Amino acid sequence: MTKALVSVPKTARRGDIIDIRAMIAHPMETGYRMGPNGVEIPRRIITRFVCTYGGEEVFFAEFFPAVSANPFVSFSLIASASGTVGFEWTDDQGQTESASAEIVVT
Amino acid sequence: MPGPAARLIVLTGVTGLLIVLTSHASTDDISPGERRSGRDFMAPETQAIQADDTANPGMLWVLQGAGLWTQKAGPADQSCASCHGAAQASMRGVAARYPALDAATGKPIDLTGRIAQCRSERQGGTALPRDGDELLALTTFVAHQSRGMPIAPPDDARLTPFRDAGRQIFTTRMGQLDLACASCHDDNWNQRLAGSAVTQAHPTGYPLYRLEWQGIGSLQRRLRNCMIGVRAEPFATGSDDFIALELYLMQRAAGMEMETPGIRP
Repeated sequence: MTKALVSVPKTARRGDIIDIRAMIAHPMETGYRMGPNGVEIPRRIITRFVCTYGGEEVFFAEFFPAVSANPFVSFSLIASASGTVGFEWTDDQGQTESASAEIVVT
Repeated sequence: MPGPAARLIVLTGVTGLLIVLTSHASTDDISPGERRSGRDFMAPETQAIQADDTANPGMLWVLQGAGLWTQKAGPADQSCASCHGAAQASMRGVAARYPALDAATGKPIDLTGRIAQCRSERQGGTALPRDGDELLALTTFVAHQSRGMPIAPPDDARLTPFRDAGRQIFTTRMGQLDLACASCHDDNWNQRLAGSAVTQAHPTGYPLYRLEWQGIGSLQRRLRNCMIGVRAEPFATGSDDFIALELYLMQRAAGMEMETPGIRP
């Protein structure tokens, strides 16, 4: 089960600067740690986060091992049209998790 | 090399510290007006994370718990919601009353224990590991329904011996460092231990998200941490000793506001 929380205002006026937040549960295992008996814990991190607005990519971020577990991203967008704000996280095993929210722009 | 005089000062310093730690009888309770949640000891930035549900990572477990609440399990094919309905109504204030007396065993049971019991006895599902993600998520979700409500320990005389046992544990010195919970949390809560605030040890926000853990954890996990910290052997998870201690801690924090999911450094 995906554990992702996204925050997008439900409504906005055209031209407004809106606050977007996205958080996902992920261990962000660095690959530098040792487990029991000195066995290396393999790296498992999210490497890329993408936000789309109305199908168009508007924000992306690359994550590295120094990013904490359950990474939280906050950024701004300009409300231009009603539509879907989509979020996608891709980890280094190629798995993706996604979430989305609707915004109504008047 | 420090001269003899300097060495003497160093020695006096260490002895002075030992005297501070040992001279207290560890019996002074914090007066109700002086009680403060661990939240008040945190930096404003950390408090802001807890205050904002869109930034509080503990909400990820609340979300997972909400999903599990309606998920059918076991041969009975029942979900929590099949019996209890919407948790927002049925579970409001429940966590503030736990640990409570379990009528069947005549012993106190904590919220996690109750959920696990419900699952294995009524749903007939596979038992969930006590510190596993799923049981933590369910506990967090249920406890979250009591957020903002005052902690209200049950007024049941049958709990008194267990509560007294909890107090006994709280005030008994243990481990190689020979410290009781009370040595720090009753007597030195306004001090700092290295860079960290000592705090008064009120369990207001459990299960809570510790930045150090990078995940959510139970009160017993936190207690285990403290016991390891004083070089004592921790009680077994879910043991009567831990439940008694939880019972006493909730009584000690009676009337304080529930914060689940809390954030702590």
